[in-house]
Amino acid sequence: MILDLPRFLATERIYWRELEAVLDRLESDPAKRMSLEEMERFHYLYERCSADLAKLATFSAEAEARELPESLVARAYGEIHSTRSRGRRPRPLHWFFAVFPSTVRRNLRPLLAALAITLLGSAFGAFAVWRDPGAKAVIMPFPGLEGNPAERVAQEEKGPPGMLRGHHASFSAFLMTHNIRVSIATFSLGITWGVGTTVVLFYNGVMLGAVSADYVRAGQAEFLLGWLLPHGVVEIPAILIAGQAGLLLAGALIGWRRPATRRERLRAIAPDLATLLGGVAILLIWAGLVEAFLSQYHRPVLPYPLKIGFGLAELILLLLFLGRSGASKASR
Amino acid sequence: MSLRLRAIEIQTPEGVRFSLLLAGPLVRFIAWLIDAVAIIGISQMLGRLLPLAGVISADLVAAAGLILYFVVSVGYGIALEWRWRGQTLGKRLLRLRVMDGQGLHLRFNQVVVRNLMRPVDSAPALYMAGGLACLLSANAQRLGDLAAGTIVVRAPKLPHPDLAQLLEGKFNSLLAYDQVVRRLRQRATPEAAGIAIQALMRRDQFEPTARVEVFREIAAYFAALAEFPEEALAQLTDEQYVRNVVEILAGRTRHGAASTPAPG
Repeated sequence: MILDLPRFLATERIYWRELEAVLDRLESDPAKRMSLEEMERFHYLYERCSADLAKLATFSAEAEARELPESLVARAYGEIHSTRSRGRRPRPLHWFFAVFPSTVRRNLRPLLAALAITLLGSAFGAFAVWRDPGAKAVIMPFPGLEGNPAERVAQEEKGPPGMLRGHHASFSAFLMTHNIRVSIATFSLGITWGVGTTVVLFYNGVMLGAVSADYVRAGQAEFLLGWLLPHGVVEIPAILIAGQAGLLLAGALIGWRRPATRRERLRAIAPDLATLLGGVAILLIWAGLVEAFLSQYHRPVLPYPLKIGFGLAELILLLLFLGRSGASKASR
Repeated sequence: MSLRLRAIEIQTPEGVRFSLLLAGPLVRFIAWLIDAVAIIGISQMLGRLLPLAGVISADLVAAAGLILYFVVSVGYGIALEWRWRGQTLGKRLLRLRVMDGQGLHLRFNQVVVRNLMRPVDSAPALYMAGGLACLLSANAQRLGDLAAGTIVVRAPKLPHPDLAQLLEGKFNSLLAYDQVVRRLRQRATPEAAGIAIQALMRRDQFEPTARVEVFREIAAYFAALAEFPEEALAQLTDEQYVRNVVEILAGRTRHGAASTPAPG
């Protein structure tokens, strides 16, 4: 049987135009809410267009006649079958204080793996510099870290570096954006089945361990703690959480001993990835502010016990936040 | 590895199949270039406005500049793809759209993940990793699309179908024979009619000898399905015969109006 195409088109074109107009309106205003009558009509038009497409596919030879209803069905299918909530008010505080920490806790294994990789790197970096101070130039090829720690401490204690005077805000902005970029890279390298993320985390650990060993060996442990703790207790966990996201992505790609398909696994973790990275960005904004406005001030402007105490207080709060915050709300 | 147009087929719960035409790496790269220009333009504009606030603090202006550039470069794709349902300026101009891999709406987390994967896609330069992944993957996905479960499809503005251009205003000598016409419509398959229509629509693209050969074969096929009297075929070339057959299969009657649907 062949479809009487001219008659069919003449009859159905009216409905296709109506469906097209509804879709155009919906797409131009994603927050639009339809009334019950509008939804019923939309559903009717979608089903009618779907039936037309089925008829054209079966009984019509004219492939071009099928293109429009096919594109309309494709567009309407997304509208009809998606469950995206429209017009829901964003709840940033709930998201940060409940959703983010509970997401970190829910994916504890990749977080512990990120921590273990970083600690391994730290041990390696500390061991290398402790045994061979000359390794510093290779491990930490940065001018600020290559010199003698005691000399740097003496220089720092004379006051904040001249280049920083009057530039705290821009320095803070640089730190925030740079660290967030590093976190995004750490996460995105998870697509290399986790190899890239592992390398970044390990290298971060190596540098951290090497700097720590260098300053401790030079008898500047107090300066080191006073310098690193205020921002490091937030910055380092933030990078670890970015690593957690990268390893979570790698785990979903590999899918070892998991029955779901790769597409299903990736689909399942996408909300967690977005949440983790959003939380990381906020933590790094805080770390950038602290590093620019507090960490760069040393004795005698700020006594080290005060800076260390501030850093420890932050660490305790962060652990409580990640470990407990939103536990009851998230389980509801 | 292929640069051919690819499509993904989706079956709805209602049992209807539709296909989405996937966008290839080249057109996506052009869209990205447009977006890159837009990002630079927005940044330049903000860069010219910010010094006006320099009377308050030059340091704050510099900080705001750094943060705004970062927010624009990272947030551009996220904000526009979310607001415009999978389209940025470049994608809009080239009629591309990011969609969920199953043909559903993009979710916000998908938009975030695919955009934050850009560092690996753009490595080592000019989106080479992403372009290569796009060429190699079955659904033309860059690495960010793979991670987020998204696809980029072509969303052309389609005209309403019109057969009039093909069939209007020409005398059809076969329409005078109702019984044979009915037999032909009953026996012809949609596939055969499709071939005939495509041949007619592309007839000017054929080499002259190929054109004669193609229409001779199609005419012979339809002639075997239903035999019209000699007088109906007098003076008709194979191509004219095929055109008349297509007109019959599309439902024209001898009065030029649409007929009732043909019986199965």
